[in-house]
Amino acid sequence: MAVTLLLISLLAFLAFQIIPGDPTTKLLGSDYTPERAEALRHEMGLDRNVLVRYWDWLTGFVTGDMGESYSYGMSVRQVMEGKGAVTAALSLMAWLLVIAISIPLGITLSRYQGGRLDRVFVAMNQVFMAIPPFFLGILFTYIFGLVLKLFMPGGFVGPDESFGGFLGYLVFPALAIAIPKAAMVTKLLRSSILGQMGQDYVRTAYSRGNSRWNVLKKHVLRNALLPVVTFVAMTLADIVAGSIVVEQVFVLPGLGRLLLASIGNRDYPVVQCIVVIIAFVVVFMNYLADVVTQTIDPRIRLD
Amino acid sequence: MRIRHNKNFTAGAVIAAFMLIVILVGMVWTPYDPNAMNGKAKMLSPCLAHPLGTDNFGRDILSRVVEGAGATALIAAATVAIGLAAGLIIGGVTGYYGGWLDEVIMRLNDAVTAFPSILLALVLIALFGGGKYKIIIALGVLFIPSFARIVRAEVARQKSLDYVASARLMGAGDMRILFLHILPNIVPVLLPSVAIGFNNAVLAEASMSYLGVGVKPPDASLGRMLNEAQGYLMSAPWYAISAGAAIILLVLGFGLLSEGLGGDGHAS
Repeated sequence: MAVTLLLISLLAFLAFQIIPGDPTTKLLGSDYTPERAEALRHEMGLDRNVLVRYWDWLTGFVTGDMGESYSYGMSVRQVMEGKGAVTAALSLMAWLLVIAISIPLGITLSRYQGGRLDRVFVAMNQVFMAIPPFFLGILFTYIFGLVLKLFMPGGFVGPDESFGGFLGYLVFPALAIAIPKAAMVTKLLRSSILGQMGQDYVRTAYSRGNSRWNVLKKHVLRNALLPVVTFVAMTLADIVAGSIVVEQVFVLPGLGRLLLASIGNRDYPVVQCIVVIIAFVVVFMNYLADVVTQTIDPRIRLD
Repeated sequence: MRIRHNKNFTAGAVIAAFMLIVILVGMVWTPYDPNAMNGKAKMLSPCLAHPLGTDNFGRDILSRVVEGAGATALIAAATVAIGLAAGLIIGGVTGYYGGWLDEVIMRLNDAVTAFPSILLALVLIALFGGGKYKIIIALGVLFIPSFARIVRAEVARQKSLDYVASARLMGAGDMRILFLHILPNIVPVLLPSVAIGFNNAVLAEASMSYLGVGVKPPDASLGRMLNEAQGYLMSAPWYAISAGAAIILLVLGFGLLSEGLGGDGHAS
């Protein structure tokens, strides 16, 4: 995993070195003269070897010094202050919602397999899986924000001001991200449980006089949850990516909005930093998913 | 070809066919010129003359949604075509020959597929700028690994089967075996992935264009319409709802088709 992380940071660094154009041109603007540009390049260390700069950047990154932003006139660290918390809280809330919605729903649907409830929900599931989170966000803004006035579209309260208000403003964005994912997990869990129900060990458990709930709890779920746990763990990466888009819908001041603004401003130190941070989170989550899978099922070996 | 869930396949085929017909008709005829502004008919709610109403410039939303759906579908199809073509070659060769090149490429594939494609697409756009063609290339390149992986696994499985050995005995060359004998046999496995790839491309393009880093005016796209429509949610909610519904129908149709063909129908 460490090698992957190092490789990703190197690629991210190199990617932003090959961009055509010199950042000094934009920074100096109308004050541009070749001499000043040269002086600035020296000051910014752009005249040194790429690998030397990568090493400097990496050691800086690890110690929390992430360089200077081109467009905000302060350090990348200051620009990112508080933004990571918003994205992290949003992603985490969405992820917990996925679990809270899909696990009970999946179990209930498998219980009433083939019944009216099951058929209605399975059809609805298909539709929910097809809704892009940002469109769900727009619908929520309209229904809950503009019509029912449950929240102020575009409003936001920082966690320092009022933690409850902060979480309140994240509920609908988190739901917008969570619902399509929850639909996928519900479907996976339902079919996973149904796949186990026909097995011999289930019949044995029943024949020993277990109630349906006991069979489910003690025998079936342990097996049926395996693929679901892996999927749910991997979803977190998708959710972080989804929050980039959904932050834009709800005008939340998180990393996603900063990333897009910085792409527009060509503020590459900020873009680079955010990309590497998100990449690290993704790699780490995927690694965690592997570890969790292996822990609950020792038959699976990590290579 | 095994069609596992016939109900899914039928429903998907009906929805997808409906969208395709609408898009094809829209390419030759729309009720109004999608870009014609009409100062007297701004923000009309849905009525007989404008079934989906009009927008802030008095443009007919039905015509615009049809045009946008066509543009989005074309971009998605082009993206899948790039990913599939390159994926077939890379996956085919690495699966057939194996060896160290196979190892290296698959490790690279693993790294790329682990990432949410929207993040990688944003990085590419940050580096090379947006616009219709750059979006197609950026997404197309990002789709190569997932196709290559599927093709590789199937080719590796098929190459040890008897019919390949027979073909080799009859003196067929590697390329002939790979593309004339093996390829037709992996189509059933590939089709569901193509449908899902199309869906992922539709969603990715819509998200990027919504964020303002994808398709740029004057090119149409459903994502860009949603971006515009969000500003008029209070006065013209039907604008956003129509554009969103078109995306949902496209994704739903192809998702069901994929499941009907034996895929798992998951977009990710």
